[in-house]
Amino acid sequence: MTTFLQIDLPAALTALFATLVCALAGNFLVLRREALLGDALSHAVLPGIVVGFLLSGTRAALPMILGAAGAAVLAAVLVHFVRRYGRVEPGAALGVVFTVMFALGVVMLEQGAAHRVDLDPDCVLYGQLETVIWLAAQGPGSLIDPAALAQLPRELVTLAVTFSILAALTAWFWKEIKISTFDPELATSLGIPANFFRFGVTLAAAVATVVSFEAVGSILVVAMLVCPAAAARLVANRFGSQLAVALAIAAFTAIAGYTAAAFGPAALGAPIALNAAGMIAALAGCILGVAALFTRHGGPWRRAAAQPA
Amino acid sequence: MLQVTRVNRDMDASVEPATPALRVRDLTVAYQGRPALWSVDYETPASGLVAIVGPNGAGKSTFIKACLGLVPALSGEVRVFGEPIGRVRRRVGYVPQRGSVDWDFPVSALDVVAMGRYGHVGIGRRLTQADREGALAALAQVGLADLAQRQIGELSGGQQQRVFLARALAQDSQLYFMDEPFAGVDAATERAILDLLRKLDHEKRTVVCVHHDLQTVADFFDHVLLLNRTKIAAGPVTTTLTAENLERAYGGRLMHGAGQAPRAAEARP
Amino acid sequence: MTFIGSEAFVRLVEVFTLQAGYNANTVMAGTAVLGAAAGVVGTFVFLRGRALISDALSHATLPGIVLAFLAGSALGFQTRSLPLLLVGATLSGLVGVLAMHALTRIRRITEDAAIGAVLGSFFGLGVVLLSYVQTLSAGGQAGLHHFLLGQAAAMARSEAITIAVLAAFALILVVLFFKEFRLAAFDREFAAGIGWPVSAIDLGMAALGVAVTVIGLQTVGLVMIVALLVVPPVAARFWSNDVKVIALVAGVVGAFSAFTGAAASYAFTSVPTGAAIVLAAGAFAVFSLFFAPKRGIIGVAFAALRFRLDLAQARWLSSVAKGNEAAPRDPLVRAYLRMAGLTGGAGMPTAAARASAPEVSRNLDLWIAALARRPESVPPGVRFGIDRARDVLPSDLIAEIEGRAA
Repeated sequence: MTTFLQIDLPAALTALFATLVCALAGNFLVLRREALLGDALSHAVLPGIVVGFLLSGTRAALPMILGAAGAAVLAAVLVHFVRRYGRVEPGAALGVVFTVMFALGVVMLEQGAAHRVDLDPDCVLYGQLETVIWLAAQGPGSLIDPAALAQLPRELVTLAVTFSILAALTAWFWKEIKISTFDPELATSLGIPANFFRFGVTLAAAVATVVSFEAVGSILVVAMLVCPAAAARLVANRFGSQLAVALAIAAFTAIAGYTAAAFGPAALGAPIALNAAGMIAALAGCILGVAALFTRHGGPWRRAAAQPA
Repeated sequence: MLQVTRVNRDMDASVEPATPALRVRDLTVAYQGRPALWSVDYETPASGLVAIVGPNGAGKSTFIKACLGLVPALSGEVRVFGEPIGRVRRRVGYVPQRGSVDWDFPVSALDVVAMGRYGHVGIGRRLTQADREGALAALAQVGLADLAQRQIGELSGGQQQRVFLARALAQDSQLYFMDEPFAGVDAATERAILDLLRKLDHEKRTVVCVHHDLQTVADFFDHVLLLNRTKIAAGPVTTTLTAENLERAYGGRLMHGAGQAPRAAEARP
Repeated sequence: MTFIGSEAFVRLVEVFTLQAGYNANTVMAGTAVLGAAAGVVGTFVFLRGRALISDALSHATLPGIVLAFLAGSALGFQTRSLPLLLVGATLSGLVGVLAMHALTRIRRITEDAAIGAVLGSFFGLGVVLLSYVQTLSAGGQAGLHHFLLGQAAAMARSEAITIAVLAAFALILVVLFFKEFRLAAFDREFAAGIGWPVSAIDLGMAALGVAVTVIGLQTVGLVMIVALLVVPPVAARFWSNDVKVIALVAGVVGAFSAFTGAAASYAFTSVPTGAAIVLAAGAFAVFSLFFAPKRGIIGVAFAALRFRLDLAQARWLSSVAKGNEAAPRDPLVRAYLRMAGLTGGAGMPTAAARASAPEVSRNLDLWIAALARRPESVPPGVRFGIDRARDVLPSDLIAEIEGRAA
């Protein structure tokens, strides 16, 4: 039990909040048909994270988030320039900017590693959930013991707080996000600053990437930004249910994926554990595949959409 | 008593006319060095429905978007009720072209119409019950109350157009810009849209529509602005759509479809 | 800074000048050929808008690489077999492409979502398999993770030669069939009309894209190989509109970036090769973005400002010719006119201005009349209202305008 509380519970909860925060921000990117912006952001923020890291000397969230926000802005500006001046189509412009920035981040990371920083590039790619531990947990009583709770792993607390803040902001600006996602021109003509809210969502995705990458790595963030929302698209007909289904799928994927990676091989007789973040991402893809095959709006068994009156 | 009233009315007649809903001066819009609109001057009349007509690429949609501030102008001035557009957004409604919307988006017809109230409600606040009822009433006005809960992709083309009109009604604006509201709709919807526009006109609201079909302009509209990147002519439909003006705008394409028109044959004496 | 005298820098120079030993030289040469092939093939990937699909493809190769490794172990291989791994990578990548294709056929799933989903989930599967392999004690598995970010220094000579040969082959094929690829990319109907097998050509182009991606996996890593394909052509794009020139510049930039990056990663052993190569290519791209004469930011901003000012000048001169000598309201325009010697102290037109005004006015009127009559005749790349209309507009249009005015 203690092992579970010390190792599995914090890791699983971290994975849970990471998938939730990514699914929340990614939901609106998918609706805007800008899913790849998530891919781009998760790569482009790396130099910003490293800068925040190196300048502050700690792995605290705030400097990294600020650095990431700066990198996101820089990336957005560069993409805009490359598109406009090079007459380069959006996908290629995005690809060029984010891969170069990611390369910059990796190089900076390596140089920083010479100095004392203990982030390695592989971790950047697929996270290190297994290092999220809660040594202060001694038994079920620890769950309500303030002293033990104060020692919850930093990544978990950051993720939970970030998710709560983003959820609150989403609820508060629900209709603004809805209209700026659906019809930005109308929003502007009504006096609602569509660009501001659209950029806000982009920034939320960047923040989600930053707080998640330590746990699940930047490439797996992409899976979580896109797969739950895409699967939800196939069953939801309302803005609200779209988000609810995406979050539900994300939560399920996190718990099931972690369980499969941590306990699956043991159940099959092998005394090992597999990478949980990878398992979660792979599972997310499977769920999307299943939804694509079997839902009304999906594949082969789809009936022709009812003809309108 | 009667005499005083009559005198007052006469005095009213000599008072300054009310500020036009839209006044445009020297509007020039260019994309990458090529003008889409060049030095357009225009003022909406006191009443009556206004159509903007012209060939493809004439800058009709650009004109509306420039008035709304959705595209930047190279030079010129747009005044709505005497003010810059930014200050009077609440009084201006916009019905964009139907093609620019994602019909798979998870929203119902009622959701879309309710968006028309967002400008009135303000950022960060909730829609009130009155707003919701207003939205439903607007849907009823276009005859789609029973389809309120349908996801928009499940509606026919004509129904989708009516949803966007209902949204405009919900906005409760004084000036409406509409981009080809009649394009691609069936006869019944056409009738419904026209009734709606006439009703708006009757309520002293100004309506400016980009219209795609020269055949029906005179039937539906009272005034016209003839554009082909520059302003060709503007005024009441009957006096403005002369053969000469049309030729200047369409350059003979009217008679000969998409091909080049023989110019010498068409030359006016 | 002790950079210049440091060990790393000495090593960098050694490698760069091909003095670091036979092994290193082979790897450097192979990498350069790879870079050239990637740049040239990448030109078509980029022009056809397939950049991000290639990214998803490269991430989708990971499960295949690991599975091929496991298969090789099971078959008794002691060390990794590059050809086997590349086959696994290709198969896995193709499955990813099929998955993307199937997903995109669904209306509510857009292409960007399909790409992101495949990229993330296939990579995740690969990571799971990799974590499994790490629990085994199979030989040769240490190098597997280099397929993520690339490591030229870890390549065996035989592997470098394999890569060089395959890349050279791909490069030769593109050069041989360049005009077919170009026409099929830009004008399919015409190509089909003259009897070319357009689908086969398309397929060939796509296959070459996949091939170069897979070939580059070990050197540049699957996370960044797409950059080696796309960044050089984008950099080249700022210098020319001609596909041949773009492909050539992209090939050169690709080769040079690859060479430089590989050298850097030899010298600074902790830096993954892929990152170094992409950074080098990125430097070219950023330079091009800012400084390319006609399309770079600085050049364009300058040209746009000049257009605005010259047009304002033309309009002002035109109004002067028509008797209205009011100064323009924009202070920048006023300053420009003064600098051009067209206005005097009080903003009044000078003699030079009055002299040139009538001609400028007639020219501008011609432009406006042309715009009113036949807007489509305004050619691109020409400065409306400023360039001489008679030289630029069709002569029958000029005649028509002047004929009517008579």
